[in-house]
Amino acid sequence: MSFVIEMRNIRKEFPGVVANDNITLQVEKGEIHALLGENGAGKSTLMNVLFGLYQPDKGEIYVKGKKVHISDPNVANELGIGMVHQHFMLIDKFTVAENIILGSEPTKYGQLNLKEAIKVVQGLSDKYNLDVNPMEKVENISVGMQQRVEILKTLYRGSDILIFDEPTAVLTPQEIKELMNIMKTLVQEGKSIILITHKLKEIMEVCHRCTVIRLGKSIDTVHISEATPDQLATMMVGRKVDIKVNDQAYDPKETVLDIRGLKVLDSRKVSTVDGLDLKVHGHEIVGIAGVDGNGQTELVEAIAGLRKIKEGSISLNGQDVTNKRTRKITEAGLGYIPEDRHKHGLVLDFSVRENIVLQTYYKNPYSKAGILNNKKITKKAKELIKEYDVRTPSELTLARSLSGGNQQKAIIAREIDRSPELLIAAQPTRGLDVGAIEFIHGKLLAERNKGKAVLLVSFELDEILNLSDRIAVIYEGKIIDIVNAKETNENELGLLMAGHRKAVKEG
Amino acid sequence: MTKILKNSNWFNIVVPMIAVLLGLLVGAIIMLLTGYNPILAYQSILESVFLQPYYTGETIRAIIPLILTGLAVAFAFRTGLFNIGVEGQLLVGWFSAVAVSIMFSGLPKLILLPLAILVSALAGGLWGFIPGLLKARLKVHEVIITIMMNYVALYTTNYLIKHFLYAEGEKTPNIPESASLASTLLSNISQGSRLHWGIIVALLAAVFVWFLLWRTTKGYELRAVGYNPHASRYAGMNVNNNIVLSMVISGALAGVAGSMEGLGTYQYMMINSTFIGIGFNGIAVALLGMNTSIGVIIGATLFAILQTGSITMQSTAGVPTEIVSIIIAVIIFFIGSSYIIRWCLLRLTKGGK
Repeated sequence: MSFVIEMRNIRKEFPGVVANDNITLQVEKGEIHALLGENGAGKSTLMNVLFGLYQPDKGEIYVKGKKVHISDPNVANELGIGMVHQHFMLIDKFTVAENIILGSEPTKYGQLNLKEAIKVVQGLSDKYNLDVNPMEKVENISVGMQQRVEILKTLYRGSDILIFDEPTAVLTPQEIKELMNIMKTLVQEGKSIILITHKLKEIMEVCHRCTVIRLGKSIDTVHISEATPDQLATMMVGRKVDIKVNDQAYDPKETVLDIRGLKVLDSRKVSTVDGLDLKVHGHEIVGIAGVDGNGQTELVEAIAGLRKIKEGSISLNGQDVTNKRTRKITEAGLGYIPEDRHKHGLVLDFSVRENIVLQTYYKNPYSKAGILNNKKITKKAKELIKEYDVRTPSELTLARSLSGGNQQKAIIAREIDRSPELLIAAQPTRGLDVGAIEFIHGKLLAERNKGKAVLLVSFELDEILNLSDRIAVIYEGKIIDIVNAKETNENELGLLMAGHRKAVKEG
Repeated sequence: MTKILKNSNWFNIVVPMIAVLLGLLVGAIIMLLTGYNPILAYQSILESVFLQPYYTGETIRAIIPLILTGLAVAFAFRTGLFNIGVEGQLLVGWFSAVAVSIMFSGLPKLILLPLAILVSALAGGLWGFIPGLLKARLKVHEVIITIMMNYVALYTTNYLIKHFLYAEGEKTPNIPESASLASTLLSNISQGSRLHWGIIVALLAAVFVWFLLWRTTKGYELRAVGYNPHASRYAGMNVNNNIVLSMVISGALAGVAGSMEGLGTYQYMMINSTFIGIGFNGIAVALLGMNTSIGVIIGATLFAILQTGSITMQSTAGVPTEIVSIIIAVIIFFIGSSYIIRWCLLRLTKGGK
């Protein structure tokens, strides 16, 4: 049997690391083939070899049965291999059509033929149900739409083998659903897809076969119809994965966070949080469920003192913290795991050690009279690296060079170690692999069991359902209902998130 | 991963060295093409600077303001700001030091000298405060404002000298001895050079900058804000205050550089028809020194050697002093394009394996 892509016994070494060790990947025509592995398992390296960005040290690549030498991405393009990058490579100020044709523009008498370009792009969009407007500027379209422009770019260049690199990391649940449908359409039209991911749910939904990679080695290739998510997870991580669930009795203590009539404006002066009330008690996890853009970000930033409160009040541990400085609020007992760990959670060009004391550097014992005590800081950093299993060569390594999961562990170590009465975790596991998720969920539950209050904001309904005691559904800046996590399900939450409060109550 | 990290430390030292070598090499090629003898030229630079006490003294004298302006630029860089206004901050510092010395000439040296240096720091600091404040409050880019402030400084100091402190020879009167950094001892051992005690001030400033940045909580904050203002805000730091403070400290260092010229080298301030360039050279020194204190000292030394040596190079080898400007420019060019050097080195090490 011949494959559209066959990578045989690929080996790729970097100084000190074998990123790919004898990996074989065989993709059949018209299938969606998942490439599953934890962060750092070697998926991206393998795909970069296929795309011509790296040269393999050993091994052979066959495309459509012919042995090939892919010396650079242009060769890959000519062979019909297209990559949909995780981070989009688009020019904001250009229209969709201009972005798509960039690099191989249709011309007429040496002049750019934009009419032709728009026609071709529209045609492709219609054929694959992408629903993209070629005339729209990229800066005006949603993230999901931008991804479709990336897909169109590869189709325009005649690719019939598409590599999707973690395509759902940046998408909302709705957009993920749409992407899954697009991928199905693509393979129906005869394309083949390699999907790089560590999300089992997506694999189970759309993929035909799956190759699992762990620590640079291929573990197995399985038919999805014959596999269970548990099996895949075990293969990926190398041990049985323990899904953490909040199974303890609900026994709330005194109120830690008390929000009343909160009104917050966003940058466009629209009230994105609009009269919101919420209480979080000690010894409970309150999950905030909602569709992106219903005020979650603004709510959390208002609590942390990062966004001005227009009306209403917030009290933390009985202290009024409305419109107080961030540091005051932190000292009143707030721990905060921000949504964007690169932008808000870490100083990437600081060492792990320096990041560990980002909230406490000015306090005894880390400094005295304004002079840093590097010995104490190093000691604390080493302790936390060990306790929280942050995989880093040393505490002096830059945070930038850690994997996403380890960066997040470092943030969590820093925030939990201060033992805050209230811990806000905003999308704490976004983009992380199963092992890291398991670890982080365990830590959040442990905080709850210690009697702390935890406010969990997440788009992953599974995460909210598994961890929360109570679930508060946010819709258009208000909490429209609070349900007991053990008495609800995804359907009910889905309806609430869409604003159907009455329907749920009556039905 | 560890290997790459080790490499990047190694690169930080090797890249500037290669840039300097390439700069000297290009200088030599230009000399050959224009019919001069590069070996004789470089030899004359080295001989004068290292073997003739007068030129040694003048070299060390030239190092002093370069260290301070280099530190000023490096400090701002470290905190994420690009201070192009060092030249102007130096000029106001220079003028203020001279003016204070003349106005309070009755004070004893123990008070007047430190006062004059302090006032120069305050004046330079004020010149940095304005762009810092505009950046923090109104998001105006500091590069534009600092460039403009250079001109304001140049023409304001000229005006003030002309109208309030004018003496024969288009300059201010000389400062009193009680405000002077000049030293007959240093001058005598270097056969009459203008070497002065400012070298101690410059070296102390280098230690001060290193200590402030790497050993204090304030320095930690300044660096954090420089690298990532968002995360710093999330961690409860006051980002705006830190931006302003960073520009003030940078400006103060540049101001002190000015006082070194006024109280040490010249003992007065002249009316400058154009910029004197020590501030702009500070940018190059900081780049060459990779924004570290020790690097700035080394960079300042190299620049001072080239500049002082260029005089003997002209007299001995007949090479015009402008060649040195070309060499300095080429060094800066290669530092700026250090990416290319890195890439070549990586290729070479790979090939060697």
